[in-house]
Amino acid sequence: MAEPQPQPPAHWSGTEPRQIVAPDGSVVGPVPADLDVAALRQLYRWMVVARRLDRECIALQRQGELTVYPGHEGQEGAQVGSAWALGPNDFVWPTFRELPVALIRGVDPVQYLQYHRGTWHGGPYDPRATGFGPICIPIATQIAHAAGYALGRQLDGTEDVTIAYFGDGATSEGDFHEAANLAGVRRLPLVLFCQNNGWAISVPTASQTAGEIWRRADGYGFRGVRVDGNDVLAVFAVTREAVDRARAGEGPTLIEALTYRIGAHSTADDARRYRADPDVEAARAFDPIPRFRTWLAGAGHADDTFIADCDREAERFALTVREGVVATPPPPAEWGFDWVFADPPTTFERMRAEALG
Amino acid sequence: MTEWTLSRALNQALRDALAEDERVLVFGEDVGVSGGVFRVTDGLQAAHGDRRVFDTPISESVIVGAAVGLAFAGWRPVVELQFDAFSYPAFEQVVDHVAKMRMRTRGRVDMPITIRIPSFGGIKGKEHHGESPEVYYAHTAGLKVVVPSSALDGYALLRHAIADPDPVVVLEPKARYWAKEAGELDADAPGIGSGRVLRDGDDVTLVAYGSMVARVAAAAEQLADVGVEARVVDLRSLSPLDDELLRRSAEETGRVVVVHEAPRHAGFGAEVAARTMELAFDSLAAPIARVTGWDTPYPPASLEDGYLPSVDRIVAVAKETVAY
Repeated sequence: MAEPQPQPPAHWSGTEPRQIVAPDGSVVGPVPADLDVAALRQLYRWMVVARRLDRECIALQRQGELTVYPGHEGQEGAQVGSAWALGPNDFVWPTFRELPVALIRGVDPVQYLQYHRGTWHGGPYDPRATGFGPICIPIATQIAHAAGYALGRQLDGTEDVTIAYFGDGATSEGDFHEAANLAGVRRLPLVLFCQNNGWAISVPTASQTAGEIWRRADGYGFRGVRVDGNDVLAVFAVTREAVDRARAGEGPTLIEALTYRIGAHSTADDARRYRADPDVEAARAFDPIPRFRTWLAGAGHADDTFIADCDREAERFALTVREGVVATPPPPAEWGFDWVFADPPTTFERMRAEALG
Repeated sequence: MTEWTLSRALNQALRDALAEDERVLVFGEDVGVSGGVFRVTDGLQAAHGDRRVFDTPISESVIVGAAVGLAFAGWRPVVELQFDAFSYPAFEQVVDHVAKMRMRTRGRVDMPITIRIPSFGGIKGKEHHGESPEVYYAHTAGLKVVVPSSALDGYALLRHAIADPDPVVVLEPKARYWAKEAGELDADAPGIGSGRVLRDGDDVTLVAYGSMVARVAAAAEQLADVGVEARVVDLRSLSPLDDELLRRSAEETGRVVVVHEAPRHAGFGAEVAARTMELAFDSLAAPIARVTGWDTPYPPASLEDGYLPSVDRIVAVAKETVAY
């Protein structure tokens, strides 16, 4: 008797998402022609590296080396696939859960994690050099920044594309609506990338919105797509399409990537208070990493040595990041004053002297 | 000598800033073809094109949020939020991002954003069209907040605000948009952080900003008729505050009355009083007095006159302070 097929998470119901590699590793759609074998292997490698680093970060938090940390386990496919579709001059406006995207953009993870270490707000990395904006906690506000940035690049006549990351919960915020609406009106070169991971802290997507998120695009007058967010190839394909269209002046795209937040909202959250462990275990059957590994190996693009090498590299990488994080000292007190103003008023300088002695 | 209204002078400030710096953008609701509900952006789109002067959807939060993104992209946005109470949808963007972004990027990205907000009452406006939001912004670290009181002052402050590398909230007193002032516009007039003495006097200092400056000046005239020489201080800049001027005025007059439209409780007058006391307590001959709006929501037009500090109220409190 065949094993019963695991049921996908409830919030994946409705319109069938775009898919290239099915959860069992079989191919159900065309593999993007613009991904060569080296790129395919990189997608796998980054997912493994990001997953391992996520676990290290949770350990670092438990050990008191990070303050609160929001994990991304389960969302590596959505993040790696979409980030891989961007060009070097494109710009990412993240939430607080896009560490895998940050890695691909070349953000130094030790600098990134200073945010969660409580040594700096926003992020001490250079947003312009990395094309990765400051970590953003106020929900959906970064989508407005993304719209403005996209407008700025459009006004400058560039072909640069802007992508905003946000979650299912963010689509309930006014800023999502205001930014999407502006993007439609001005046909901005903007990709609105929603990771629908089923949960906004404790509130399930069904309590967040009654419709399918990708369909909202229709109301704003642009294209919406629903994709299997745990299928890294499908995510890459739909994001690349959206990026290409934006670059060609064909306006914004709203992508709803169906994924699942395997971990708690953050290390400060106990997810067992609001969701059942069996549901989480069922969602693991849709994990982006084993699925892609099965396909990659079956297609002859990865052997046991490559897979073991990725694991070893992920291990080394996580430990190197750990060393960097642990070695990061608290900032000097004057940093609390140094960058508030480009042109600091006299009264402000007087208070700095009072505070710092 | 040219005669300017505040609205026209602000328009000229925007016009000149657009002409001098090609990275300046002007956008908001009805600022394009219409020219703004108070005519402040009149003709700017015709002069500078709809690429740099444009209308947005009615979306205050994304107007300000987009300004943040535009600043990242190297632009210098000047946005209009149409009325005081309509600036509140953008409050999260102003406080969480505009005010903090430079620090969050360790100074890598400046926020040269100007947020213009037609503010305050006195025009028999509808509900939500007469509010005094200055303390919300003045209390937010990372912002600069200015309030012009006259046409020439408005030109100078707006030019300084646009040129400033930091975010500046410009609260434009609606009641003074059509008040005229003769003189030459001067972008180099004293800027953000500088108050000014509009009338000198030794008996008492009357401190005000925005639309209350004219009332305080009228009160000073009446006081002069009864032999009280009042000094009139126009703060112009609430953040940073010209506390040196407050100190000097307190030392020289010994008595201070602060006037604003906003409710008294936790109003800006409290900051003026506290700061003056910290700097010049020994010089004070009387308690610092406040003449303010009442601690009520801004009333309907027919009750407006009883809400706003009148010349009579200012004169009465000033006399009490002098007689203390």
